[in-house]
Amino acid sequence: MSRRGRPITSPPRIVAIPAVIALLFLGLPIVGLLLRAPWSNLGAVLTSRTSLDALRLSLVTATAATMVAFVIGVPLAWMLARAQFPGRRLARALVTVPLVLPPVVGGIALLLAFGRRGIVGQYFESCCGVTLAFTTPGVVVAEAFVAMPFLIITVEGALRVLDARVEEAAATLGAGRLTIFRRVTLPLLAPALVAGGVLTFARALGEFGATITFAGNLPGVTQTLPLAVYVGLEGDPSEAVALSLILLAVSVGALVLLRDRWLRTGASA
Amino acid sequence: MNSSASFHLFGWRPSRGSARRPHSRLARSALGIVLAPLLLGGCAAHSVQPAAGSITGSIAGSITVFAASSLKGAFATIGAQFEAAHPGVKVIFNFGPSSGLATQIAQGAPVDVFAAASTKTMDSVIADGEVKAASTFAANSMEIATPAHPTRSVTSLADLAGAAIKVAICQQDVPCGAAALTLFSQNRIRVTPVTQELDVKAVLTKVQLGEVDAGIVYVTDVKAAKGAVIGIQIPAADNVTTTYPIAPITNSTNGSTAQAFVDYVLSDAGKNVLRAAGFLSP
Repeated sequence: MSRRGRPITSPPRIVAIPAVIALLFLGLPIVGLLLRAPWSNLGAVLTSRTSLDALRLSLVTATAATMVAFVIGVPLAWMLARAQFPGRRLARALVTVPLVLPPVVGGIALLLAFGRRGIVGQYFESCCGVTLAFTTPGVVVAEAFVAMPFLIITVEGALRVLDARVEEAAATLGAGRLTIFRRVTLPLLAPALVAGGVLTFARALGEFGATITFAGNLPGVTQTLPLAVYVGLEGDPSEAVALSLILLAVSVGALVLLRDRWLRTGASA
Repeated sequence: MNSSASFHLFGWRPSRGSARRPHSRLARSALGIVLAPLLLGGCAAHSVQPAAGSITGSIAGSITVFAASSLKGAFATIGAQFEAAHPGVKVIFNFGPSSGLATQIAQGAPVDVFAAASTKTMDSVIADGEVKAASTFAANSMEIATPAHPTRSVTSLADLAGAAIKVAICQQDVPCGAAALTLFSQNRIRVTPVTQELDVKAVLTKVQLGEVDAGIVYVTDVKAAKGAVIGIQIPAADNVTTTYPIAPITNSTNGSTAQAFVDYVLSDAGKNVLRAAGFLSP
C-alpha cells in the first residue's frame, strides 16, 4: 500500500463518533443473536430433521447455483470484458438488474418466465413434463438468478484491468491460445474467480425472497435454511435463532476463507 | 494488484480512478438513506410516547392493527368506515400470517389491536401478557381454490390425494395450514402438498398463477378473488371451521381508539361488512 493510506493515530471526533456508531450498528445484532441463542438445547434443535434437511438442501443448492454461475456466468463475463458486439452496454446493464432488484420481484419474474404458465415454462411443461416451480432445481434457478451477477461483475472487472500486454507477450513468445489462457490468463484471474465464487455462494446461501416466491416452501424439497428460519419464527422463535447461528457460522466461514486466502495478500501480490 | 482489483466494484477499496467515482457517490447516498430513518425514527419514538398517555379517553390519532391475511378485504372496508365515522383518525393495517404477527407482538412491535384467525394464536398472545381478553367476531371455513383455467380437473376433496395433483396449503404454524391438515386427517385422505406457503394469500396467488392445481384457502378468499380462482365447496359435515378473536393490546399507546375500533368490528356495521365478505357469525 502507498503512504496515502497510512493510519492516523488521533482521528478527529467528527469522524470517530459516527464511525463507532456504525460499528455498533453492524455488530450489536450479531451480539444479540449470540446472547439469545438457545445454547442449552442447541444440539437438539440443530440435529432435528427439519434443521438437517434445511442445512443439506442449502449447501447442495448454493453449491449447484455457484456451479451454474461458473459454467455460464464466466463466459458472459469474458464476453462483456473482451468481445465487441452490439448491445454490449445493454447486456452489462441487464447483468446488474438482479443485484438491485428486490428478490421477491425476481421470484415473481421467474414464475412468469419459467413457471407452469410462464412464457417459457409452459413449453417445458407441454413438451417434456418438466416443471421447475416447487422443485429443488427451482431453488437452484432462484439462487443462481440472484447470485450469478456477483461472479460476473467480479470476473468482468478483473478481466478489464488485466494487462492484455502480458497475454500478447506470451503470444509473441510462441504460446498458443489455449496455453495463454491456461498459463497466463487463468492464474491472473484466479483471485477474482475465488472471490466472485465465494460471494456468489454466500449470496445463494442467504437467498430468501426469490426462493419462497418461485420454489415455494416444503421441508426437504425447497425449504432452505433462510426459509426454515422464517417459518421457525412463526412457530418456535428459539429454533429460528438456532438455525440463524448455522447461517452465521457458514457466512463467517466464507469471509475468513476470503480474508486468509486473498484479501491479506492483495497488497503484496 | 490483480487480486484486489476484483473487489473495487463492491467498494472494498478507496476509489482512485474517475471510473470508480459513481460507485463511491452511490455508497455515500446509500449511507444517507440507511441512516436517515434510523435517526428520525429515534426522535419520533421519544416525542410521541409521553403525548399519547395524556389523550386517554378521546378517539383520535392513529392506531396500528395487526390482522390475519384472510381479513384483508373486510378489514380494509371496516377501517375506511371507521375513519369516516371518526374524522382525523387513521387506521394502519399490517396483514400477515396470524402466528407471525403474534411473534412480532411478543417481540414488542408497536401495535394497538390484534385480530387473529384462530383462538390458539390469540391464546398464545394472552399467555405472553400482551392482551387481557379477546372477543370472537367471525368464523370462517375452508374451500378448495382451483385456477380459473385448470390444467387438471379437481372436483372434490378426495381428488387432492391424486399423485398428479399439485396442492398448496399454508405452513402448519399458520391457522389456515393447521385447518388444512385437520381437514385432510378428519376426512382420512393423504395429501402431499408441493408447497407450504407463509400465509393464505400466498396460497391464493399460487393458485391464481396456475402454478398449483388446487389450494386450501378460506371461503372468504375465494369470494375476495372475484372469479380469478374457481372455488370448490367442501360439504359442511366434512369441513373445518376457525374462529376469529380480536383484542386491544394492553400496552397500546392509544388505548381508547384501539377499544373503539374493536367495538366497531363487533358492532352491527362491522358484522355487515364481514357477512358481505363471506364470514360466518361466530
